[in-house]
Amino acid sequence: MTVSKPLPHDAAPLHVTGAARYVDDIPTPANCLHLAFGLSEIAAGRITSLDLDPVRAAPGVVAVYAASDLPGPCDCSPSNHDEPLLSDGSIHYLGQPVFLVAATSHLAARQAARLAKISYDAAPAILTIEAALAADSRFEEGPRVWTKGDVAAEMATAPHRLSGSIEIGGQEHFYLEGQASLALPQENGDIVVHSSTQHPTEIQHKVAEALNLPMHAVRCEIRRMGGGFGGKESQGNALAIATSVVAHATGRPAKMRYDRDDDMTITGKRHDFRIDYEVGHDADGRLLAVDFTQFTRCGWAMDLSLPVADRAMLHAENAYLIPAVRITSHRLRTNTQSATAYRGFGGPQGMLGMERVMDHLARSLGRDPVEIRRLNYYRPAEAVAPVASNASSTTSLDGVDPSDQDLTSRGATPERTAGSARRFGGAHSPKSRMGAENTTPYGMEVTDFLLHEMTDALLVSSDYAHRVNKVAEWNAANSILKRGIAFSPVKFGISFTLTHLNQAGALVHVYQDGSVHLNHGGTEMGQGLFQKVAQVAASRFGIDPAQVRITATDTGKVPNTSATAASSGSDLNGMAAQAACDTIRGRMADCLAGLYQARPDQVLFEAGMVRMPGHEMTFAEAAATVYAQRVSLSATGFYKTPGLDWDRIAGRGRPFFYFAYGAAVTEVVIDTLTGENRILRADLLHDAGSSLNPALDIGQIEGGYVQGAGWLTTEELVWDGKGRLRTHAPSTYKIPACSDRPDVFNVALWDAPNRAETVYRSKAVGEPPFMLGISAFLALSHAASACGPHYPDLVAPATAENILAAVNRARG
Amino acid sequence: MQTHLTINGTQRRLDLDPRTTLLDALRHHLGLTGSKKGCDHGQCGACTVMVNGRRINACLTLACMHDGDEVTTIEGIGQPDDLSPLQQAFVSEDGFQCGYCTPGQICSATAMLQEISDGWPSHVTSDLAGEAELTSDEISERMSGNLCRCSAYPNIVQAIHKAAGKNA
Repeated sequence: MTVSKPLPHDAAPLHVTGAARYVDDIPTPANCLHLAFGLSEIAAGRITSLDLDPVRAAPGVVAVYAASDLPGPCDCSPSNHDEPLLSDGSIHYLGQPVFLVAATSHLAARQAARLAKISYDAAPAILTIEAALAADSRFEEGPRVWTKGDVAAEMATAPHRLSGSIEIGGQEHFYLEGQASLALPQENGDIVVHSSTQHPTEIQHKVAEALNLPMHAVRCEIRRMGGGFGGKESQGNALAIATSVVAHATGRPAKMRYDRDDDMTITGKRHDFRIDYEVGHDADGRLLAVDFTQFTRCGWAMDLSLPVADRAMLHAENAYLIPAVRITSHRLRTNTQSATAYRGFGGPQGMLGMERVMDHLARSLGRDPVEIRRLNYYRPAEAVAPVASNASSTTSLDGVDPSDQDLTSRGATPERTAGSARRFGGAHSPKSRMGAENTTPYGMEVTDFLLHEMTDALLVSSDYAHRVNKVAEWNAANSILKRGIAFSPVKFGISFTLTHLNQAGALVHVYQDGSVHLNHGGTEMGQGLFQKVAQVAASRFGIDPAQVRITATDTGKVPNTSATAASSGSDLNGMAAQAACDTIRGRMADCLAGLYQARPDQVLFEAGMVRMPGHEMTFAEAAATVYAQRVSLSATGFYKTPGLDWDRIAGRGRPFFYFAYGAAVTEVVIDTLTGENRILRADLLHDAGSSLNPALDIGQIEGGYVQGAGWLTTEELVWDGKGRLRTHAPSTYKIPACSDRPDVFNVALWDAPNRAETVYRSKAVGEPPFMLGISAFLALSHAASACGPHYPDLVAPATAENILAAVNRARG
Repeated sequence: MQTHLTINGTQRRLDLDPRTTLLDALRHHLGLTGSKKGCDHGQCGACTVMVNGRRINACLTLACMHDGDEVTTIEGIGQPDDLSPLQQAFVSEDGFQCGYCTPGQICSATAMLQEISDGWPSHVTSDLAGEAELTSDEISERMSGNLCRCSAYPNIVQAIHKAAGKNA
């Protein structure tokens, strides 16, 4: 069977020869226009005058647009209709697009964009969490609060208390391929958009809305992205709308590609957080009550900030069963780029808050941090009932008026979510199961917990106990260089928390020569989704994957798709493709059974052949035979995740189909004179269920770890006092390079089938391993702890400067 | 301004604004889009090509500075049906994810292997007078100018090891 084979990425020979085509590589017609934005130079205030005449007079310029020249607001928001393509006169962040230039070349457009004369009436900019709190500048009416148990009572009676706070920086996606869009005008005013996007349906929807066209007049196509990481879930909307508006107005093709500095200045990043914690615990380190307050810097527009902040709350307890928990989430509006989706979608920040608590608790008790963690883990899977895969049907949208709602986006509007709260509030409150309870702070029972076994296995394979002693010996013998070692677990919930997004479609054709054309709603950004789904299709037909042609994601083939996000790509699209293949296979079996006097269930598809009692033929012969019998060899497939039910306002229900697990041990060394540091060794054990493709999954795990460790070490975003992002290129923003990966890097899959009924019992693997990088941060904290008696309160990212400060705090 | 370049063995004559970078000349004027524009600052390495056998960031050099030079791009290293050993190794070792940095990685690694066999030391070479050895440390150090945001680094290093073994 083709699934579970470690096949390379699809199009591998094209990638290694430069023949794999990205949006900027598509040949453009000779009259193509190239676009650039003119950007605001202040972070907050109003434009008092805008003189674009020098821009219009510049060489090569064909058209210049201010907001008033557009066909409407041309909203770019995935949620709240609060992101006009061009400033309406008010300025919300430094780098906000103010006007749009269309010129005969990319360079001409960019040069002309510098020539505008803009005067401003600047207002005080709200740049920090503290400033936003002081001004009560926020999204939603107030903080979101979820509780489990009686936190105040448990806290009051707890024998020991601990409190602290951690600052957590954001992260630039730094997809190597910047944002890009190419719009091609069609007859009758229709538009075809090639967009580097994780969400083609969103592009189609927002372009249609901007041009006041029905969605059938807009088609979005994307073959591949040069990296996405969440940064192309909503941030491509502006370029797609801009190119489509210009193409529509001029009748000429229009292309837009952000220069790297513009890309980093304009687009949103991972949300930065501050998480305050108060903990009640017993003398052994058992958690009795935890009170988290999460402060989220959302930037100027809502974008996807509400579900991001929700997911931070949903991972605030990570892997630990806590009797009483309160999570308070402030979603703060600031005059900075509108923070957006980034691998983990708030989960990493919430989880780091919890792991900080475990680290702090272990140090304060002088106990081994792994033992403290194990003491507080959820109960193992064996101790609880198996996962019910069809517990209830998916929630319907009955009673919600879909007009004006961006149904395809994760950026749920407050009105919509308030509506779902009314519908589901109270109906799914957690069962009171004292003693046997194994529920999350949001009332979902954890029935698939694997971390007890995984922790045991990883501690052995990483030689943890022995190395802890070696690190202590090293630290006793060395005064300048200090080592640290840390373990951290990951429990990550899989499913879109906006329940109706958990659906997918596929389109499969079998041609009369037996070759297969495969299309589905997912997008390829390097995660290997296309190859995985092709392996599923090949397995259903019993043919070689080479017979399956993977085709570009296209809103004209599969409609109403969800973003390729939330790690859901293969879970959703793999199932949809399987359904389409099975429909065709069923028709073929019925037809052949009739022709050859067999029962349909006796017709087997394997090893390139179709076999039934007394007859066998190649798959190609079978296709030709069935075609000649006038049977359709084309089918759509559809899938929706079962059993989900979630009320985000109350913080109650079952938002996830299942959890993916992982664990990591990282060892580091720091220089206590300079704060310089490196990762010496990392051992990762990750749960990908029954892997669809172990090679691709291990790549995701290794890459996720390094990117996660980068987030928490070298990747520092710096805004100056005026709100200008000072780290806007790789010269000032440091992502991991080849020499930054761990010197010793051991990665293994926890090979066990998913208890939930997923495609071939695999598990999602895109986001969860990112959070294994938390172990690197904790190891640095451990190394700093070795410098003195005090808790080092390490700040994320642990840059050399922040490590040095932590060392000084440890020394007191 | 007239510039003569030999691109992947073929003589090309270009009439360009003298400020045109070699990368823009390749991508915009010659239709060779295998070399990628990642940062346009010489920081990410996605545009790496070889000029007279030495690797160079094509975004940081002007085309007219290379009049008469021989330029090898990813398209000149191999084709999908005729891969170089290094390209084959990147496929078999899965030395990429999104693939955007891959042409630069392969151009860079091709020249880097030549630098090692020519005995050029690097920052991590312990004996400056001796022969440079193809260790993982050497590969990591010498490939640090080519960023991979997907962090396929372990497989990139493995692919380079594998191809070098084949060549040896």
